Amino acid sequence: MAVFAMPSLGADMEAGTLVEWMIKPGDTVKRGDVVAVVETQKGAIEIECFEEGTVETLDADLGAMVAVGSPLATIRAPGEAAAVPAEAASDAAAQVPAQPAEAPPPMATAHPPAAPEAQPAPPRAGEAPPASPAARALAAERGIDLAALTGTGPGGAILVADVEAAEPSLLAVASAKPSAKAGLDMAAMRTAIANAMARSKREIPHYYLTQTIDLQAAVDWLAATNAKRPPDARLLMSALFVKATALAAAKVAQMNGHYDAKGFHPAQPVHAGVAVALRGGGLVAPALHDADTLPLDALMAQMRDLVARARSGRLRSSEMTDGTITISAMGDTGADAMAAVIYPPQVAIVGFGAPVRRPWITGDTIAPRVTVTVTLSADHRVSDGRSGAKFLAAVAAALQTPEAL
Amino acid sequence: MTDADIRKAFLEELTKIAPDIDPGDVGEGDHLQDDLELDSMDILNLVTALHQRLGVDIPEVDYPQIATLALATGYLKGRIG
Repeated sequence: MAVFAMPSLGADMEAGTLVEWMIKPGDTVKRGDVVAVVETQKGAIEIECFEEGTVETLDADLGAMVAVGSPLATIRAPGEAAAVPAEAASDAAAQVPAQPAEAPPPMATAHPPAAPEAQPAPPRAGEAPPASPAARALAAERGIDLAALTGTGPGGAILVADVEAAEPSLLAVASAKPSAKAGLDMAAMRTAIANAMARSKREIPHYYLTQTIDLQAAVDWLAATNAKRPPDARLLMSALFVKATALAAAKVAQMNGHYDAKGFHPAQPVHAGVAVALRGGGLVAPALHDADTLPLDALMAQMRDLVARARSGRLRSSEMTDGTITISAMGDTGADAMAAVIYPPQVAIVGFGAPVRRPWITGDTIAPRVTVTVTLSADHRVSDGRSGAKFLAAVAAALQTPEAL
Repeated sequence: MTDADIRKAFLEELTKIAPDIDPGDVGEGDHLQDDLELDSMDILNLVTALHQRLGVDIPEVDYPQIATLALATGYLKGRIG
C-alpha cells in the first residue's frame, strides 16, 4: 500500500489547493497518469502519479489546502490485498476545508496550526532558522525575513503566530490581492518568483560568460525551411536555441543537473526548462523532456504545446520539476543580452538576447550578419569559466550547422 | 468576404491567442508585437489560425504586412481575392 503524497512542484512550494480529482477509488493507475489538478502559485498543475496499482482511497478533499508531503491518495500495488479503510481519520488532520471563495485568507492561515502527522517538506540547504511550513509561507507572502524573527515553537522554531506578531498591519493587504484571471493570481506568481530567485542569489555563486555568435547560417536556413512549409509546420528560432543549448549541455556535464545538500548530481538526459513569459506578467519555465535527442520538428511541436499549456495554466507536475538546465530567449526584439538568474536546484541558465544585424569580420572582410549574444549564468560550486567557455563554444558550433540540429 | 468579416476573423483569432485583449480596444494601428505584446510564438499561432480559418497561407516574409489590424485587413482581402 503506497501513500501518494502532494509533490513539491518548485523550489519554494509549501502547499497546493486540490481543485480536481481525475481518479476515483477502484481505478487502475500507472506511473505518469494525471490523477489530480492542484492550484499553486504558478497556476493549475496536473499532478502525475508516481505509483502503479489500484486507487484504494482518496485522502484529500476538493478545495483542501494540502501541504507538500501530505497524503493525497492511497494506492494498492498490483496483487496486494485491499486494506480495511482505517487511516482516513488521521489523514483529515492534514487538511482543512475550503474557505469561502470571496474572501481567500492568506495561504498560511489555512494550514492546521499543528499537524504532526504531516510529513514536512524535505529540509533545504542554507535556510537557517527552523520554521513551520505555514510560517515560512506566511513570511514569504509578506516579505518578512525569517532570520529577523524569534521563534516560540519547539527548539526555537518560528510559528505562524510569530510571523503574525511581526507584521500585523500587513494582513489586510495580503488578503486583498488582485487576480488577473481565474486560476492565476499574479501577486502569488510574483511571490513564487521572488522566493525562487532570492534563494538562487542567496545560495548560488553565479558567474557569467557572454559570447556573440554569428547567427546568419541559422537565420538563412530557417527562412528557407519555413518558406516551404505551411504555418503549422514552421519552426521558430527559439527551437534552434533550445536544441543547440541541449546539445551543449549533453557535452558539458557540469551544466546539466541538480544541486542539493549532498552536492551536484549531473543528469544524463537533458530536460530543457523553457522560460515562458505569461501575458499580464510572470514567468514559468516548464521542462521540455529529452531536448538533446528530440528531432527539431518534434521539439518545436512540444514547445508549442508547452507554451500553450503554460499560458492556459495546465502544466504537468513532471514539467515543473524535471528541468536540468533553463533557456530564456528575449525574442525577436528587445535587449542585446540577458544575464539570467539560475532556477534552483539547477546549476545553469542560458540567456539569448534579441538577434541583431551587426558588422561582422570574416577573414579580412567586414559584412553585415545577424548575430545573437548568448550569456551563460553558471554555478561556481559546480563549474568554472573554462567549462563555461567550452559550453558556449558548443552552443555556437551547433548553430553554425542548423540542418544538423 | 467583406472588410468587416475579415476584421472579425482577425480579431477573434487574435483574442483567442491573447484572451486578455478586449477586441474593442484594439486600435487600427496597434502593432501586434510592440503594442499588444505578442511574441514570435503568438504570431505563429495567429498565422496558423488564419490559415485554417481563411485558407490564406501567410509566408514569413509577409508577416510585417499583418502587423496591425489595418494592415492585416487590407492584406488578407487582397489574398482572399
